Amino acid sequence: MTTESSGPAGGGGAATGADNYVLIDQSPEFQRLRSSFRRFVFPMTAAFLVWYLLYVVLSAYARDFMGAKVVGEINVALVFGLLQFASTFLIAVLYERYARRRLEPLAAAVDTSSVALTKDAHAGAGAVSPVDGDAPGAPDTDGTQEGRR
Amino acid sequence: MTHALTVAGPAAPVLAATENEHRTFSLVLFALFVAVTLYITIRASRQNRTAADYYAGGRSFSPLQNGLAIGGDYMSAASFLGIAGMFALSGYDGFLYSIGFLVAWLVALLLVAELLRNSGRFTMADVLAFRMRQRPVRAAAGISTIVVSIFYLLAQMVGAGALVSLLLGSQSESTKIWTIVIVGALMIFYVTVGGMKGTTWVQIVKAVLLMTGALVMTVWVLAKYDFNISTLLGAAADASGKGQAFLEPGLKYGATDVWSKLDLLSLGLALVLGTAGLPHILIRFYTVPNSRAARTSVNWAIGIIGAFYLMTLVIGFGAAALVGSKAIAAQDKGGNTAAPQLAEALGGGAGSTGGAIFLAVIAAVAFATILAVVAGLTLASSSSFSHDIFASVLRRGKATEQDEVKVARIAALAIGAIAIVLSIFARGMNVAFLVALAFAVAASANLPTLLFSLFWKKFNTSGAVAGIYGGLVSAVGVVLLSPICWGGKSDTIPKGNVDALFSETVVAPIPLQNPGLISIPVGFLCAYLGTVLSKERTDAKYAELEVRSLTGTGAH
Repeated sequence: MTTESSGPAGGGGAATGADNYVLIDQSPEFQRLRSSFRRFVFPMTAAFLVWYLLYVVLSAYARDFMGAKVVGEINVALVFGLLQFASTFLIAVLYERYARRRLEPLAAAVDTSSVALTKDAHAGAGAVSPVDGDAPGAPDTDGTQEGRR
Repeated sequence: MTHALTVAGPAAPVLAATENEHRTFSLVLFALFVAVTLYITIRASRQNRTAADYYAGGRSFSPLQNGLAIGGDYMSAASFLGIAGMFALSGYDGFLYSIGFLVAWLVALLLVAELLRNSGRFTMADVLAFRMRQRPVRAAAGISTIVVSIFYLLAQMVGAGALVSLLLGSQSESTKIWTIVIVGALMIFYVTVGGMKGTTWVQIVKAVLLMTGALVMTVWVLAKYDFNISTLLGAAADASGKGQAFLEPGLKYGATDVWSKLDLLSLGLALVLGTAGLPHILIRFYTVPNSRAARTSVNWAIGIIGAFYLMTLVIGFGAAALVGSKAIAAQDKGGNTAAPQLAEALGGGAGSTGGAIFLAVIAAVAFATILAVVAGLTLASSSSFSHDIFASVLRRGKATEQDEVKVARIAALAIGAIAIVLSIFARGMNVAFLVALAFAVAASANLPTLLFSLFWKKFNTSGAVAGIYGGLVSAVGVVLLSPICWGGKSDTIPKGNVDALFSETVVAPIPLQNPGLISIPVGFLCAYLGTVLSKERTDAKYAELEVRSLTGTGAH
């Protein structure tokens, strides 16, 4: 990127920083990251919400079904409830794996060097917070961008 | 603090010798927990130098530590004692609550945690206001943060007053008031002195204690039934006096007409969508170094919270089987003492030393639970007051970091003092509905705005402002028109509500006790309408938010 040599504190200023973000946003690497992220989280969210609401609706309206015995004193309602726990744990594990195998390498492939040093510039423009950056010496300002990813 | 605790003693009625035994032991354990947490807080305060230290614990916690702290922040006395009590009195319906509380974490994991960590700094409003005009959005988000936190705080503190007096076997008003004052004073100390670091450590210690206590009880109960769940369930159903219905949904929720079934759906929606909009939970994601740690800490939290709610199932049914629903309801009609009573029964029953000791241990765990949660709430609301309302709205972004932290400390003191006074006035009221209301406001006001901010390019300032106020006003408004305030008899509530806040005879205009079914769609709709009715576009800032939230570039 062209502004790579602009040095610390982003000599380009806020406007350049914002333009660079638009460029990164449109880059094929970033588009790939975004669609991979959305392709996982949106359907998965829809799936677990439907699955959970099905459980709640059955609890409200299908009490005979929920009360049916499966084995011993254990009925459908209890099994259904325990399956909600199981599905929650499973989705958490699946997402962790997906994030490590797919999303993290894709995020690393996005070239953000054009904005990596303009943190002061965009914060100064009132973007995130009125007070810029954390004070020197705070652990999270020491590392480079790469170190923090 | 130990001195203050013993002050409550003389006002209590004289009790039998063994009750005195467990009371003394309870007080010793309370005092021990307080001493340990005060020490930790003071130690943590020595490392508090910057605003990032105060608000976000220096962003230096590990995923496991933060996962435990999230659990400590989230598993309130209402979860531990309330859900165990619900299992013990209403059987299966306790499960509806705990499952909602757990599944909700997937919203936080998939849609919120990492993106928030990457693009925000100290508060929820950092992300909501990222693309927008700062002052109106931060004012709205600050108000909603403080409202949600105060509702939740009141429920916890009034509950603490009632609970500690129950556990100490004293029904006197002065015990309740002293408990509220002591809990309030401690939480103010943790927050003002320890900041996020101190508060986090209090939550970690509490989470470990709570999980250990729950695990011991669970294994103990299961051992009594040869680790056969079916036998335990059968014994619980027999002892409950309600037979098979005890093991099926419907004893508590959705028992009467069409409205009460809708109420169950309403509750379910608010539980599953509320968690990811609770400000005191959201700010926990800032305490780790990066987004990967934020994600992993949520996964730890899901494991810890899930395991905990599975254990409350055993504890609650165990209490029903071993103590009996009648004996539990006789002690507290809400069932909040089911877990401590079970502990007494497991330890050898009333009058035995073992029973007294285990009761005291579980009582102390409950006390620790309350303290950790109220500290988290005070921190979230005071941070938002300082960072959003003071620094951005009042000073227009010109406050120094030192000023901000100073104001945050003063705000913690003020919010804590207000909470103490309100709780003392509200101590005789049934405020359990405030927890459900806090979840409903979080789901109706905060979540729509948060999701639209992160995922909808056209979203803008007026959409964010409309969404927050629309969700907030509709959630509170529905409750003001509900059976919680108007307790007249109706088809939905055949017995009426004698605890109604305004009237026991007037029938509520809206028969729903949980506002979510109405207020959540209203929140989303207001956010949508506010957006399309305004011409403002924030495309360039949205590009920046997308890049930063997904890649972690420029993250604090």
